[in-house]
Amino acid sequence: MRVLERLMKWVFFAAALTSVLAVLLICLFLFANGVPAMAKAGIFDFLLGTKWAPNNTPASYGIFPMILGSIYVTAGALVVGVPIGLLCAVYMAHYCPRRLYRFLKPAVELLAGIPSVVYGFFGLVIIVPLIRDLWGGTGTSILAASILLGIMILPTIITVSESALRAVPSHYYEGALALGATHERAVFRTVFPAAKSGILAAVVLGIGRAIGETMAVQMVAGNQARIPDSILKGVRTLTSNIVLEMGYAAEMHREMLIATGVVLFVFILLINLLFSAIKRRGKS
Amino acid sequence: MKNPRGINEASLAQRLRGYARHPMSLVMMLLVMLAAALTFFVLLYIIGYILVKGVPHLTPSLFALEYNTENVSLFPAIINTISITFLSLLIAAPLSICTAIYLVEYAKRGNRLVGIIRMTAETLSGIPSIVYGLFGMLFFVTAVGFGYSLLSGALTLSIMILPLIMRTTEEALLAVPDTYREASFGLGAGRLRTVFTIVLPSAVPGILAGVILAIGRVVGETAALIYTAGTVPDIPSSIMGSGRTLAIHMWALSSEGLYTNQAYATAVVLLVTVLAINFLSAYIAKKLTKG
Repeated sequence: MRVLERLMKWVFFAAALTSVLAVLLICLFLFANGVPAMAKAGIFDFLLGTKWAPNNTPASYGIFPMILGSIYVTAGALVVGVPIGLLCAVYMAHYCPRRLYRFLKPAVELLAGIPSVVYGFFGLVIIVPLIRDLWGGTGTSILAASILLGIMILPTIITVSESALRAVPSHYYEGALALGATHERAVFRTVFPAAKSGILAAVVLGIGRAIGETMAVQMVAGNQARIPDSILKGVRTLTSNIVLEMGYAAEMHREMLIATGVVLFVFILLINLLFSAIKRRGKS
Repeated sequence: MKNPRGINEASLAQRLRGYARHPMSLVMMLLVMLAAALTFFVLLYIIGYILVKGVPHLTPSLFALEYNTENVSLFPAIINTISITFLSLLIAAPLSICTAIYLVEYAKRGNRLVGIIRMTAETLSGIPSIVYGLFGMLFFVTAVGFGYSLLSGALTLSIMILPLIMRTTEEALLAVPDTYREASFGLGAGRLRTVFTIVLPSAVPGILAGVILAIGRVVGETAALIYTAGTVPDIPSSIMGSGRTLAIHMWALSSEGLYTNQAYATAVVLLVTVLAINFLSAYIAKKLTKG
């Protein structure tokens, strides 16, 4: 019995190390495969080069258009998703009658559960034709990707900021009301600022979700590897660059795609760091 | 649920007077209502649109046993999805449940390692699926040598769902009252016996809810599977063969552009599966909080 007890303790311990091992392996394999290629192409030429033409001779591998593409699309998603998400979270926390809440809460969870291909398909058959009819062009554009991603980050933003709003002690709200504030003033001037760090965390999490999204963006963004000059032009993100070309890439081209993944991974790690810093500051 | 309104709720007359004095408040109220309505509407619209467009195209030929370019059957994709789900749970569930047991039941308070494990789990849950796909391709497909196969896909996904099951299990274990453990120790049971006969059984609904949520993630996953499990539209003869899941199948159909109607129908199957899984998880979690 003693022996088994000891043994199982070590089994549990070993299992606990798998997640550490997984992170180490992911870092190791991505960096070991991507960084040397990046160095071969020249870090600056790779990161700041504006021409992505892997089939030319000599081929040029500049991912600056894709970095910009990811940033544009993410910014667009924030413009669409953050105001709606935050206002909706305020509704859920401070307006919603309890009976309606029983439907709204699962609805938001469902929105999070819809697979990204289904979102992408929805964008392809609804948002893209709409943009095409309204403003001309092909419709696959930064705008389409932004709207779609804005919808996709809604559940993240709503869930996290709602729980931040609920964590604010109710006497903040009551105090404001007692001083004669309207319900809205009490919520937006006292409760909202008090939940600031949680709301910020929600936005950062939304950024992470938007920048990492692949399939849906790839389906509606048009994927042209050049710097767009309007939001109605197509754009290619870091994620779609990988998924589009990995299927047939070989040698240097393939290594450069892995290097694209490394850049994306570094972005995500930075966002994760930012997120945990905000959370830690919120606790203290 | 703490509701800030209650005995301190303002009456309608008070509210109207407030709005007359602060028109900005009225505007904010309307904006809040609009945002909530919009969110709800978008969800209903997506689900409704796909159901209305897709259900008429759910023909029997779509479920034919063999895939060909005539019928673009989704039956092989369903079988592949089930295999990959089953395999990845087989790998991820024991590992993540054991991790949670270690964190909650064994690790001492203030253990440095616990912090590191939590941090890595958080990192894992933030990594986008395309990066998992890339890693799976470099590691399982190439370095380990499994090739494009269901096994490579399942292994990649099992890392992806690890933090999800781990966190829900951890929460479920923490929710078991300490008195249970103390009573068990008091009767002379060891730690291991306490964990398996007392703590785990009472945490089962929570763990199950997490596992079901993980199934939902696996079923909906695309980017992590394209370059690990591959896109072959048939049922492979073993787990070492390549095969596409339902989500990849749907992506392939819609990006080829030839089979829009079938893509709608596939979307219906995918959507209904994922929604059912989500409801099941929520139902079990609700039972947990009640019981």
